[in-house]
Amino acid sequence: MKKLTYSILFMFLFAIAATAQDDVYPTPEYKGLLFITNGIVHTGNGQVLEHTTIQVNNGRIEKIGTNIPVPQGDVKVYDAKGKHVYPGLILPDCDLGLREIASGVRGSNDYRELGELNPNIRSIVSYNTDSKIINTLKANGILLANVSPQGSLIAGSSSVVQLDAWNWEDAAYKIDNGIHITFPSFLPQRGGRFFMVAQSQTPDDAEKQALQKIEKLKSFFAEAKSYQQEAEHAQTNLKFAAVKGLFDKSQKLFIHANQVKQMLAAIDFVKEFGFSVVIVGGSESWQIAPLLKQHSVAVILGTQHELPATEDEDVDQPYKTPAALQKAGVLFALNDNMDNTRFRNLSFNAGTAAAYGLTKEEALSAITLNAAKILGIDDKTGSLEVGKDANIVVSEGDILDMKSSIVTHAFIQGRLVSLANKQTQLYERYMGKYGLK
Amino acid sequence: MKRILSFLAILFMLHEQISAQQTFPVNAVADERLGYYAFTNATVVKDAKTTLQNAVVIIKKGKIIAAGSNIPVPKEAVIIDCKGKYIVPSFIDIYSDYGMPAPQRSAAPFNYSAPAQLTSNTKGAYGWNEAIKADVNGASVFAADATKAKSLRDIGFGTVLTHQKDGIARGTGTVVSLADIKENLTIIKEKASAHYSFNKGTSTQSYPGSLMGAIALLRQTYLDAQWYKSNPATEGVNLSLKAWSDIQNLPQIFEANDKWQDIRADRIGDEFGIQYIIKGGGNEYQRIQEIAKTKAAYILPLNYPEAMDVEDPDDAKRVSLNDLKHWELAVTNPASFEKAGIDFCLTPADLKDTKSFLTNVRKAIEAGLSKTKALEALTKTPATLLGIYDKVGSIEAGKTASFLIISGALFDEKTTIYQNWVQGERYDVNNENWNDINAVYNLSVQDTDNTAKTYALSVKNSKSATVIDGDTLATKFSFNGKMVNISFPPDKKSKSTIRLTGTVSNDGWIGNGSNANGTQVLWNATFAKTAESKPDTAKKNTVKPLAKITYPFGSYGWDSLPSAHTILIKNATVWTSDEAGKLENTDVLLKAGKIAQVGKNLSDASATIIDGTGKHLTASIIDEHSHIATASINEGAQSVTSEVRIGDNLNPDDINIYRQLSGGVTTSHILHGSANTIGGQTQLIKLRWGADDEGLKFKGADPFIKFALGENVKRTTSPANNRFPDTRMGVEQVLMDAFQRAKDYENAIAKAAAIKSTSKKSMASVSPWNTVRRDLELDALVEIMNKKRFITCHSYVQTEITYTMRVAEKFGFRINTFTHILEGYKVADKMKAHGANVSTFSDWWAYKIEVADAIAYNAAIMQKMGLNVCINSDDAEMARRLNQEAAKTVKYGGVSEIEALNMVTINPAKALHINDKTGSIKVGKDADVVLWSDNPLSIYAKAEKTIIDGIIYFDREKDLVMRSNISAERNRIIQKLVSEKKAGGPVVPFKPSVQIVLGCGEHQQDGDSNHDDETGGQLEENATN
Repeated sequence: MKKLTYSILFMFLFAIAATAQDDVYPTPEYKGLLFITNGIVHTGNGQVLEHTTIQVNNGRIEKIGTNIPVPQGDVKVYDAKGKHVYPGLILPDCDLGLREIASGVRGSNDYRELGELNPNIRSIVSYNTDSKIINTLKANGILLANVSPQGSLIAGSSSVVQLDAWNWEDAAYKIDNGIHITFPSFLPQRGGRFFMVAQSQTPDDAEKQALQKIEKLKSFFAEAKSYQQEAEHAQTNLKFAAVKGLFDKSQKLFIHANQVKQMLAAIDFVKEFGFSVVIVGGSESWQIAPLLKQHSVAVILGTQHELPATEDEDVDQPYKTPAALQKAGVLFALNDNMDNTRFRNLSFNAGTAAAYGLTKEEALSAITLNAAKILGIDDKTGSLEVGKDANIVVSEGDILDMKSSIVTHAFIQGRLVSLANKQTQLYERYMGKYGLK
Repeated sequence: MKRILSFLAILFMLHEQISAQQTFPVNAVADERLGYYAFTNATVVKDAKTTLQNAVVIIKKGKIIAAGSNIPVPKEAVIIDCKGKYIVPSFIDIYSDYGMPAPQRSAAPFNYSAPAQLTSNTKGAYGWNEAIKADVNGASVFAADATKAKSLRDIGFGTVLTHQKDGIARGTGTVVSLADIKENLTIIKEKASAHYSFNKGTSTQSYPGSLMGAIALLRQTYLDAQWYKSNPATEGVNLSLKAWSDIQNLPQIFEANDKWQDIRADRIGDEFGIQYIIKGGGNEYQRIQEIAKTKAAYILPLNYPEAMDVEDPDDAKRVSLNDLKHWELAVTNPASFEKAGIDFCLTPADLKDTKSFLTNVRKAIEAGLSKTKALEALTKTPATLLGIYDKVGSIEAGKTASFLIISGALFDEKTTIYQNWVQGERYDVNNENWNDINAVYNLSVQDTDNTAKTYALSVKNSKSATVIDGDTLATKFSFNGKMVNISFPPDKKSKSTIRLTGTVSNDGWIGNGSNANGTQVLWNATFAKTAESKPDTAKKNTVKPLAKITYPFGSYGWDSLPSAHTILIKNATVWTSDEAGKLENTDVLLKAGKIAQVGKNLSDASATIIDGTGKHLTASIIDEHSHIATASINEGAQSVTSEVRIGDNLNPDDINIYRQLSGGVTTSHILHGSANTIGGQTQLIKLRWGADDEGLKFKGADPFIKFALGENVKRTTSPANNRFPDTRMGVEQVLMDAFQRAKDYENAIAKAAAIKSTSKKSMASVSPWNTVRRDLELDALVEIMNKKRFITCHSYVQTEITYTMRVAEKFGFRINTFTHILEGYKVADKMKAHGANVSTFSDWWAYKIEVADAIAYNAAIMQKMGLNVCINSDDAEMARRLNQEAAKTVKYGGVSEIEALNMVTINPAKALHINDKTGSIKVGKDADVVLWSDNPLSIYAKAEKTIIDGIIYFDREKDLVMRSNISAERNRIIQKLVSEKKAGGPVVPFKPSVQIVLGCGEHQQDGDSNHDDETGGQLEENATN
């Protein structure tokens, strides 16, 4: 009997919780029918469907079409007329929930462990669902995030979380989906910022040292491979056990690298061990895009909003790097890892990519379906397709363009989640103080 | 004539002094000598302009007593026949540290996290700053160094000005000869110069921690030294200031080491009435017109960049076009000085290996430097600058007998230096070649039984000769000017050898030896005929294309500086940022650098028409908070550094100027960083890419200063802070104290001025600075209190925002702008009442604890409260997208599109008091506009043309052309480097070019908190540029 139509004026949405962040609750499970009607549906796989309704049942997308009848009764209906409907955006690599304050507060840091070979370190167990940052991301359409540890060689495993949860076990969307490695630099190190190194490294030394570290990695994986062959382990090795999934490709190998030489070395890991390799960073990936395609290496680019790497480079090079990867057919996702804004500008990084050579739908894929494929969750999410989780965002206008990117609704697994967050609450609080509307 | 000339008698001259010092006891029999020599039959290059053929030089007791063509040779003189040889004045190095003790470097490397060293570690009655070493007397610390003297003599030097290269003020230099005799006699001029630099050297004191701090320290020390002359009672004895004043009359030499640094140094000189002699860096040719304007004489190093190994394409891409071009053009530096008519000296000072000096002079000559000028730069010019041309620098009677005897014309590739005479003492350089032995000799080897066998001995030089007996026999030959050794087989197939040793005899050699069978032989060689002259190898120097000098010198520079043209933009959507609002289908005429007309259907016959159909024209973007285009950002060594000025160290070559033009920015407020409560004076610039530093400055704008509050100024990330303050409570007191001191200072000045004008009969007002110490730091604060300088204050949390306003109110002024101001929404009403402008980020937060309460709605709330709100960058990348950042206020808080755009156009213009000149599209204002491809608030909008003062500084179409030109030029030079390597030329490992991007210093990674160290690195950078 209750046909609920929620207001689309986003201001009122968070007005209900006007005091503190602790009042922003995760939404209880909803198993019933839910309709998002008559929107402009961007499926995430390149299609745009006008006047389209999405029917959700038991948290999954059941139907998508223009002539879907909305039944009377105990169903939820959201009118998206004239609005844009998108798959929930996916932040493909971040330290969300592991580092609350980017700098100056050591106590908030849980993203980097000691040691060089830490495949057994798991980000998921420290993912703090009470981070104040999380709710600001939902308000910008980001509903899933791949949370990864950092480190000097093997940092540990990442996990994908959904951003509306009471605790990390609830948040887990895909656990231990990949192992993260940071590659050593092939470039000579200049004097450090703190300690002026008396003699700068020569290019040859730098290269040699990098290759030595990569050899160290390779011998780790060679031994890990042998370890997996053992019928019974006389000595259990937690580190070897942690990388088992790499060999059967149930896990990806995320290699954090920007330089061409690092990426060439990464390709070697595909050849030698048969791993599914994803480059994270990849600022120079445009220079070897066809090679990455040839070896099925995927890329998660760092933020587009970066300066060119050298003063001679095209002034808009980072902006147009996605277009180069698209052209070469590389599977890639976009990211926002700016410490100053804390991930919330993911869709605008995609917007920039769209301004510099991608179509808008390609740019959207780069923050939805491509990311899902790279993270190994495309069976469940990443696009608006029947059978997938109802991870859906509704925006007043083009979500890639800040002047119209105003998220009015977000659904995670069919639950309408709150878009309130610390910032909206402080906004309300002071608008109230000043008697402003 | 190719023959062996009579061998000289002075074979083994020990460098005993010609005359003994009378005060020194002699532990032997007195051995006074006159050192009386006549050098005859020489080509004498008296100076760069006068060369005498077949001339005589006579020296006695270390002095030249005669030099000329028809001079009788006194019979008391030892005659040295210099037939075929040249005598030239020996060189003078004006930039040496020969014989100076090596400065003791601190053992500990620089560590930002370490506690600050706030006071000087120098013990004694010296000044407050360790880097001011004006008291160092070069002559007192000088001790001759035989090894180094030889290495300099070997490349032709006889005299050097030497000083200790350490500190910002370095004390005096002393002119010494390179003779290996007691220092008492080598010192030619005890106090010859005073030396300065921007580099604090071994000083471990924190201040100055930046280039602009070094400049401020110099300026303040000039003032302090002047004031100290009045013996102020508070100061006691200050040996540093006393020494500083004492050495002001000497030639003042400034080590600047880079084209822009040269100009910065000259400006300090201009302020205090001093014309420095400037030690350059070798890149001055890139801005030779500006360099000429300094009117300084220059000292130029010849340390050309070495060819880099760029065979690996991945390495090559990391070397900038700037560095590639400099590699190619550095050799043209001296020639460009000559062409521009600037006086200069050449120095081997910065060479890794001094042996390359003459080779590098020759390279400069090949690149256009005249030989005359080259010689002057090594003799007359330095001697004249130092006031010692009456003593050294040419071959004239009365001057010191310091000259070179060389084999041919100076600077010819084949010319070698035989002897370097210093103060009448002979030093051999390549004396073994004194006699030209390149000839064919009859070699007669006489057995004990008197049978003699004759060979032909064809001598090439002192290391190479062949014996010919029908066949050419494999010969080993060596001649050291005195003794000769020859060995060769009796015939071509023999494995035994005939070995001969001997000495010079007339026009050949004579000696003994051993035959192939071991029997003793005697031998002699006599001149037979001159060697056949080989035909000259074809000129290898074909003219190669050389890089062009562009403005700036690196990529994306102009071939020549642009000027304004009349431009008519037709039929655009014009966002006026003015009462007129947004105008559709409108024309804008730009003329003589101003906005001439706004309207429909405009026309101007002289105008270049730009079709704006479907496009948007806006006032160009003004960034209230930027850190680009400057060489240093933070002088964080003290909590109050209002004496430092960003304007002193602008860097017009920063590529970020061009990049930001591509985002529609035309005016940037370059702020001091946030390392301290009262930071430095800011500089407003227009992004006139290609201009020099003065050309960047926004003329006629009110001066501003940067203040900062909170975590950065209390050095939160430093685990061992010892610099006051450590809390926000302390920050408030830093402000109170600074302004109280400024108030008292202002009162003291007023009092001093008043007393003088009433008590003296003469009505001429006497300067208050006789009684009051002029303090550059307090001057700036007095300006603030008198509303002649305005504050932009880095601020985050509400407590500090409020107390800063209260302190200002107490002293009768207002905070002009709160910048960052992320908790501004909490005290918007208070700021409104106070009268501040605000400039904030659109959506930054959670990068440190003091921004935990930052909200993206901040700008909107403040705007709704009636504040003048700006959106700023503080980030070289984000500045390229400020239009998008402004657009976020539409998303966060529902600001209208027009109001949003105003936050990066007219609002910052108002905050910076330049809204009468720029910031909106209004007739009469500067023609500072941007043509966008789309709605300027859209992420899809690109700046197609960015115009400043009616000049198109960024044009997206032209940019594409430049990209391909850059790529072609890079490739040309890289190919050249690679082919040099393939041809066996020496190469050094590639060095990635460094882009220095400076930031405010407040939003960095963990333990990565400030840019003091970067600015230190930048100084280093400049020192080695």
